[in-house]
Amino acid sequence: MSKKTIVNFKLNGASTDVMVEPRELLIHTLRDKLSITGPHIGCETSHCGACTVDIDGASVKSCTVLTVQCEGSELLTIEGFAKGGVLHPLQEGFTQEHGLQCGFCTPGMITRAYRLLQENPSPTEEDIRFWMAGNLCRCTGYQNIVKAIQYAAAKMRGETVTTSHPLMAELSA
Amino acid sequence: MIPRPFEYHAPTALPEVIALLGQYGDEAKLLAGGHSLLPMMKLRFAGPGHLIDLRKVAELKGIALVGGEIHIGAMTTENELIFSTLLAKHLPLLAEVARQIADPQVRYKGTLGGDISHGDPGNDHPAVMMAMDATFVLAGAHGERLVKASEFFHGLYDTALTPGEVMTQIRLPLPPAGTGSSYAKLKRKTGDYATAAAAAVVQVKNSVCVQARIALTNVGPTALLAGDAAASLVGKTIDEAAIGHAAALAMKICDPTPDLRGDEAYKTAMAGQMVERALRTAAARCAI
Repeated sequence: MSKKTIVNFKLNGASTDVMVEPRELLIHTLRDKLSITGPHIGCETSHCGACTVDIDGASVKSCTVLTVQCEGSELLTIEGFAKGGVLHPLQEGFTQEHGLQCGFCTPGMITRAYRLLQENPSPTEEDIRFWMAGNLCRCTGYQNIVKAIQYAAAKMRGETVTTSHPLMAELSA
Repeated sequence: MIPRPFEYHAPTALPEVIALLGQYGDEAKLLAGGHSLLPMMKLRFAGPGHLIDLRKVAELKGIALVGGEIHIGAMTTENELIFSTLLAKHLPLLAEVARQIADPQVRYKGTLGGDISHGDPGNDHPAVMMAMDATFVLAGAHGERLVKASEFFHGLYDTALTPGEVMTQIRLPLPPAGTGSSYAKLKRKTGDYATAAAAAVVQVKNSVCVQARIALTNVGPTALLAGDAAASLVGKTIDEAAIGHAAALAMKICDPTPDLRGDEAYKTAMAGQMVERALRTAAARCAI
């Protein structure tokens, strides 16, 4: 058995120490040791993107990274998005545009979309579809996810946003 | 799915890496982006006793123009290839290929050196490296040695790398004026390996092809350099007849393994189609 080591990283802004075996995958550390259960275990084979977290400015599938590889890193998970009870524009966008049904893929979708909008604040629909291709959703058919990201992008650029979804528009009327 | 236990090392300089490789020999595996190795370890297809993580080794990073060559550190990621302005100007084929590899998340982690060193015939860079006539720098206790891409791939997961060596750099000659290149890949979905793919680099002067290199992905135990197909173009105008003839020659060297992506005949036919597409696009890009 290989020796356990202490790994330190910043998790949603807070300095965090964990004791792990080198073979422990980040998704297990997050979910089982740190109660960060937003990132989900979907396929476990780096295909579905449900476990996506942001590590040092990169979207990463946490089922395919070892916790020991994160020493000294800055991690952001879905738990770090809402501030002071106010939803992040992406969370608001996914709500307003009905960007989810079962919600299993949503934390990964939002975390990935966050990095995409950091790199490209005004993506076209084609850009969004290309750069979100590492996240699978089995419910929505993606159309509303694209709209949710467009909603968030507009809001983050400081534009006035309204939902395109008829039911949500009725609700807020 | 959890890997077998191993000891983890995170050296910060190349001499340390080489010392660790010397100490642990074939018990050690190098960890680059980890998106081929870690899945294999999770499935217990690989179970190294020692894992040497290269992420802190600064000298393995970076893209630079050196004389008439582009030098790329082996730990340069696919996304770094896609976003490099230097490559966009001099070797746009590399970004074109990287955009067709895996998915965005994997491209943040996956590296050029890892893709090549892994020796998987399904990986996309090996064929492109052959078509671009790349040279690899392999470092070990002996110092450095240079190996051409066309001589690097020996078989399935078998390359010119010896257990004590690490690939440090990829060197690519700048293409002469009038060169066009393309990578055509058929895949079932984002993230899948190629059913078949082809890289083509052609140089045209006065409407005549003066130089050509073609290489194929995932239709043999390694990437395959289609020498006869490329030679058949030289001295000719790259028209539909010449393209069809080259594709037919390329199909002759295909020896694909049947799997869920298709049987031998289908994969071979698709390799021919990919050669045709790559040649058409490459030829259209030759205009000076």
